[in-house]
Amino acid sequence: MNLETVKQEIEANVPGCAVDMVLNGSPSAQHSLLVDAAHGFAVAQFLRDGAAVRMDYCSNVTGIDWPVKEISTKVKTKKMVDGVEKDVDEVVKTQSGGYLEVVYHLYSVAEREGPVIVRMRTEDRAAGVHLPSLTPLWRSAEYQEREVFDLYGVMFDGHPDLRRLLMWEGFEDFPMRRDYVDPDDYEYEPTAHDEVLQRTREHWSAEDCK
Amino acid sequence: MSVLTDTTADLLGSGAEDRSGGQLLEISMGPQHPSTHGVFRMDVTLDGEKVVKLKPVFGYLHRNHEKIAEKESYLGCMPYTDRLDYFCSITNNWAYALAVESLAGIKVPERAEYLRVITGELTRLQNHASLVGFLMQDMGASGTPLMYAFREREKILDLFEALTGARMMCNYMRFGGCRVDAPAGWMQQAQKVVDAFPRFLDEFERMLVSNEILMARTQGVGVVTTAQAVNAGFSGPMARASGVNYDLRKVDKYGIYERFAFRVPLGDHGDVYDRYMLRVLEMRESVEILKQAMRDIPAGPIMDPGTKIRGFRPKAGEAYGRIEAPKGELGFYLVSDGSGNPYRFRVRPPSLINLTLLEDMCIGQNVADIVIILGSVDIVLGEVDR
Repeated sequence: MNLETVKQEIEANVPGCAVDMVLNGSPSAQHSLLVDAAHGFAVAQFLRDGAAVRMDYCSNVTGIDWPVKEISTKVKTKKMVDGVEKDVDEVVKTQSGGYLEVVYHLYSVAEREGPVIVRMRTEDRAAGVHLPSLTPLWRSAEYQEREVFDLYGVMFDGHPDLRRLLMWEGFEDFPMRRDYVDPDDYEYEPTAHDEVLQRTREHWSAEDCK
Repeated sequence: MSVLTDTTADLLGSGAEDRSGGQLLEISMGPQHPSTHGVFRMDVTLDGEKVVKLKPVFGYLHRNHEKIAEKESYLGCMPYTDRLDYFCSITNNWAYALAVESLAGIKVPERAEYLRVITGELTRLQNHASLVGFLMQDMGASGTPLMYAFREREKILDLFEALTGARMMCNYMRFGGCRVDAPAGWMQQAQKVVDAFPRFLDEFERMLVSNEILMARTQGVGVVTTAQAVNAGFSGPMARASGVNYDLRKVDKYGIYERFAFRVPLGDHGDVYDRYMLRVLEMRESVEILKQAMRDIPAGPIMDPGTKIRGFRPKAGEAYGRIEAPKGELGFYLVSDGSGNPYRFRVRPPSLINLTLLEDMCIGQNVADIVIILGSVDIVLGEVDR
C-alpha cells in the first residue's frame, strides 16, 4: 500500500489532524508518518479499524531521543562594506531536535500489508513528555510502551499499568537518553586503578577509603 | 516464601465467591525457579489452587544491550546479537544482518543465502527440539524426553562448531554474506543429520504425542483466540497455534524462501497442546526446506565484494528488518546518522511480546499449569530482558 494514499485516507477520515510524511534517505525507503500527539489516538484507531487500511498488528514500539542539536550553515550574503558591495560568509545557526520520538511499526495480518510506520513526538524532553498510549488499541504495545517509559521517560496517557519494566522500582534516571551519565560508583574493583580509582576517590570520602 | 494477604472480597470485588475462608495466598515464583527458564519472576495470587492474579517481573538479566550497541561499530554489534536468544544465535545474526543490508542496500550472494537458510533451519530444529523436551520436563517427565531432545541438539551443535568454531555463540553472519564457507565434508555430515532427524520425530511422537497424561495436562489449558493473538502481537509458533496464518518466510519472502516448497502448520484451539504439536510439525517442514536447500546450493562467493564491513558507514536513514526466528518475529530497527555506529539500535524481542497475555492465559488455571503455559511460550531471558 502506498503511504501517500494512507496519508490521504487519514486526512479524510480524522478531521483536524496534522500528518506529515517523514522521508527516509536510506535505500530501505521505509518512509513514515509523523502524527501530532493530540490526534495520535484517533489516527491509530482509524489505522486499525478503517476498512481501507486495517493495520491489526502492531509489531514494534520504540523510542528515539533527539536532544537539541545546533546546525551551523554558511550562507553567502551581499553586504555593503565601506561603500563597496562584497560577498560575505555568514554563519546561520539553526536548532533541530529537542524532543523524544516514539515509533510504531504497524502491519496488517489480514491483508498482509505493511509496514505503516507512525511516529509521534513529545513537546520537549523535560516536562512536556506526554503522549497518548496506544495500548487500548493494541495489547502488544503494553510492555513495549512500559519499556519506552522506563528507558526514555515518555509518559503514556491512558496506559493501564505504566511502571518501569527493566530497571528497578525507585531508579530515577532514564538510561537510554543520549545525555544519560553513568553513576560514578557503578563499577566496583577490588584493586581499583587508573580512572576507576579516580572516580572511587571522588565518590567516597577520604575516611571511607582508609 | 509466602504471605497471606487481603481477603478475597478485597481483591475480586464484593460479588466474588468466598471459598477459602476469605484469604488469598500470594506467592513469588522465581526468579531462581527451574521452570522459569532463566531469571524470571511472577507474582502470583492464588485462591486455593486457582490463579486469580499474575504479574510478571522482568529485568533480572537486563544489561541494556541497545545502549551498548549505540557505542559499538556496526560490525561490533554482530557478536552481541548472539547473546540475545542464546539458543538461536544464528537467526539473531541473520535478523541483524538483514536490517543492516536493508539500511545500506546490500545484495547477498546466492551461496550465502543458501548457507543462511541451511544454518537458520538447523537452528530452528534444535530450538524446537529443546523446547518440546523442556516442556515435557516441566510437565514432570523428568529427564528422559529432554535428554532425547538434547541428543539431537548435540548433533546440530557439532555441525555449528565445525562450521563457525563455536557451538552456541556462532557469530556466523556478516552484512553482505556469511563469515566462512562450509569446510570440506561438512555438507555431507549435515545431510546425514537431516536425513536421520525424522526418525527422532517419529520416536518422539510415538512416545509422547498421543500420551494420555500429556493430553490431560495440555488440552484446553492457556487458550488464546485468533483475535487476541493478533492484537497482542503474538508471532511465530505462538500465533500460528492460535490459527493466525502469518509466517514471515511466506509473507515477507526474505532471503530466498520463495524458492522452497513447505507448508505452514496452523493450530485450531490455541492451547498448550497446539503450541506443542505445532513445533513438532514445524520441525518436519524445516527438514523439507533443508533437503531442498542442500540439494540446490550453488558454488560461488559467500561475501558481497562491494561491502566494506570494517569501518562501515551507512547513509543517514533508518530501516526495520525482521525474520521468522524460531521464537517468532525477530526485528531490528536501526537508525543511522551517517556515522560509524548506529544512532539507535532496537531489538524487537519475540519472547517478551509473546508474554503479553501471560496473565490472561493463566487466570483460572491451576498453579501447576502456570509452569507449562510459560514453557509453551518458549522464552529465553537473554532476549526478554536484553
